[in-house]
Amino acid sequence: MFPRLVYESFRRQTRRKLLAGVAITLGVAVATAMIAVATDIGDKINRELRSYGANLLVTPQEDTLDVEIGGVNLKPPSDGAYLNEADLPKIRGTFWHHNIVGFSPMLPVTVKLGTGQGAQDATLVGTYFNKSLSFGKDDFTTGVKITNPWWKLSCGAGSSTRPGPVPDSSACGWPDDNSQNILLGERLATKLGKEPGDTLEVSGRRLTISGILSTGAAEDDQIVAPLAVAQEILGKPGAVRRLYVSAMTKPEDALAVRDPKTMTPEVYDRWYCSPYVQSIAYQLQEVIPHSHAEQIRQVAQNEGTVLSRIKGLMLLVTFAALFASALAVSAAMATAIYERRVEVGLMKALGAGNLVVAALFFAEALLLALIGGVTGFAAGSLLARQIGRSIFNSQISIEPVLFPIILAIAIFVTFAGSAAAIRRAVKFDPVFALRGEA
Amino acid sequence: MSTNPNTVHTPQQVAERRTKGPHTSMFVRMLIRAAVLRRGRAASALFAMVVATAVTTAMMNLYVDVQAKLRTEFRNYGANVVVVAKDGQALPADALTKVESTLGPKTLAVPFAYAVARTKDGRSVVVVGTDFARARQLNHWWKVSHWPAAQNEALVGMRADSALNLDRKPFELSFQGHTIELSPTGLLQTGAGEDSRIYIDQSVFQNWTGFAPSTLEIAVTGPTEEIEQSMKQLAAALPTADVRPVRQIMEGEANVLNKTRATLYAAATMIVLTSALCVLATLIGWVFDRRRDFAIMKALGASERLVNGFFAAEAAALGVIGAVLGFAIGIGVAVWIGRVNFHAPVVPRFSVFPYVLAGSVAVALISAILPIALLRRVQPAIILRGD
Repeated sequence: MFPRLVYESFRRQTRRKLLAGVAITLGVAVATAMIAVATDIGDKINRELRSYGANLLVTPQEDTLDVEIGGVNLKPPSDGAYLNEADLPKIRGTFWHHNIVGFSPMLPVTVKLGTGQGAQDATLVGTYFNKSLSFGKDDFTTGVKITNPWWKLSCGAGSSTRPGPVPDSSACGWPDDNSQNILLGERLATKLGKEPGDTLEVSGRRLTISGILSTGAAEDDQIVAPLAVAQEILGKPGAVRRLYVSAMTKPEDALAVRDPKTMTPEVYDRWYCSPYVQSIAYQLQEVIPHSHAEQIRQVAQNEGTVLSRIKGLMLLVTFAALFASALAVSAAMATAIYERRVEVGLMKALGAGNLVVAALFFAEALLLALIGGVTGFAAGSLLARQIGRSIFNSQISIEPVLFPIILAIAIFVTFAGSAAAIRRAVKFDPVFALRGEA
Repeated sequence: MSTNPNTVHTPQQVAERRTKGPHTSMFVRMLIRAAVLRRGRAASALFAMVVATAVTTAMMNLYVDVQAKLRTEFRNYGANVVVVAKDGQALPADALTKVESTLGPKTLAVPFAYAVARTKDGRSVVVVGTDFARARQLNHWWKVSHWPAAQNEALVGMRADSALNLDRKPFELSFQGHTIELSPTGLLQTGAGEDSRIYIDQSVFQNWTGFAPSTLEIAVTGPTEEIEQSMKQLAAALPTADVRPVRQIMEGEANVLNKTRATLYAAATMIVLTSALCVLATLIGWVFDRRRDFAIMKALGASERLVNGFFAAEAAALGVIGAVLGFAIGIGVAVWIGRVNFHAPVVPRFSVFPYVLAGSVAVALISAILPIALLRRVQPAIILRGD
């Protein structure tokens, strides 16, 4: 008899059930989407913060002082120590290599432009543009295209206003890392009157300009070339002066700033296995011999604050969303039950106890919550995915573990929302209900 | 319209009142009685309305304010505009005052002057003259053991300190034959180029080298268009200098801010829709519940217009009261969130109020008219019979 009551209730009052069902579905969908977005937002924003560039700098351990003003190197050419280029792929072997978005080696060299009387000094920086490397079985690409996304390439005065990506033709585009092509800084190009496709005499070599680089920083007055070209000019194969590493990190806390030498083994393990900028720096020093890694404080220190602010904001907003959807579900359930007082009166007049009536309503609520919860979860996952794709251009992954949690929340909220209405409905005197004086 | 029953006592006045405005008085009375007699239901409808408007207000406030809040956070990344003297010249002496008068007092500009000096044993080091008080405000990420206060006190970069073996003892630097004695008071750590330099006070630097500042680093707060506008003004005010954006900072900020704003927008839309749904469900139930009132009014000869007007007025009143209460609570929530998350109060945006008011009245009207439209087709007799 009981299942039949429930079944008939759903069959005959489709419209009312639909209303409550839609409310639960929407509420659960919003809750699912918001929880999914909030759990993933840290990772997403962390990735976006990488557009500020590298947050770690690796230098040779016994480095001499940089003497550099406005991007012009004033140090004697062969002075100082170098890192070994062959050690760089080992970065992929560190504990937190998944968090390392990319790295770019830099080798500044002072060069002579032109020949004879008109020769002038300039700084040429060797780097990776989009270099393919491999470590073990792991193939990957890295370079300034990843670590310095604000570097913009244009194809000379005529075409720089043209929107859209620069065509990667042989005449203009990012130089190949194995080529002899170079990029000319914006201001240097204006000074020299050179355009892409022209050749430039650099310390006795003729190099082809494949694009004009604009960075809004020192590189605008420099030449940027593949690393191998800079090493050749310097006469030191395999030399790297500085290495910029861009890594996703966890905001700094009390543990992060402690000195690893003074830690107990357990604390040390916890520190080592947390993606703090300090522990990633420590691990970089481990894999690159004779190196000193340090955080670039301008980038590293601020991203923690920004990240925790945005995460905190989304957390609070998620609470607001959960609250609103719980309220919507409760309101819909309360309305649906309140409308059925006459039915309750009839059941009670026919001899049904309070328990049976309450059980009937709760069974109906459970069924509604289950159906609404499952559809709502599916809809919410789609919504989250859509948000991820349209805002962050990447997938927001829904953890499967979220499903039972969402379902439990849906059932709980539906029950809580119904409880007050059910109690009132059960308490109602059947005589009044049947006489229609509800 | 003297309809307040408490101030009317004599029979004449009562009679007068009845002839003057019976409809209005009856209408208002019906409205009030409807709210008082079904206190529970009316209260729950109002509650839903208040909560929905509160959440909506908080979200709208936050959405408007959060950009300004985050922009302040982003200014901790330091300068986003630099003014550089063209080709080795110095900036005009009044450059700093010009910048400040152009951009107003809330922008922060820091002068820098550079020179390569030699130590006693002949090693080169870059010495920078700056204004320590300003640099300290602009560059929050500088880790400084002790800021110099007196003249001839220097802030020494970590790497400069270890490379020159300063050992915290006073040292001598020479520039084109002029020597100066400096005492290293503080150590500077940034992880970037600053670590290899020595910072001294600008006036000391100028007396020693004769160089005026060649670079101004400026932090301009505001949306991209405003910053571009400020840069144009600066370029006009300082024709002998190059005004350049720090693209790394500007683009990173724009990127993160846009993504956050878009996410918040999506969240706000979802929350507002859910809240509207909550109000809709509650109010439809409330009005549906009163189909007997509706039937009695019609049976007693009330016109369709009057009945519709009655329910609409009721809904509108609910919408207005809910909006006012909800707005107040919502502002409170937004201020609390601002304090908890940004450690700065969110400024209440009263400009949001008209939208909240219009929205809540609209939702209330829709949820009143929807069931009335359904009921209109039903004969009053059938409703009164209790079917």
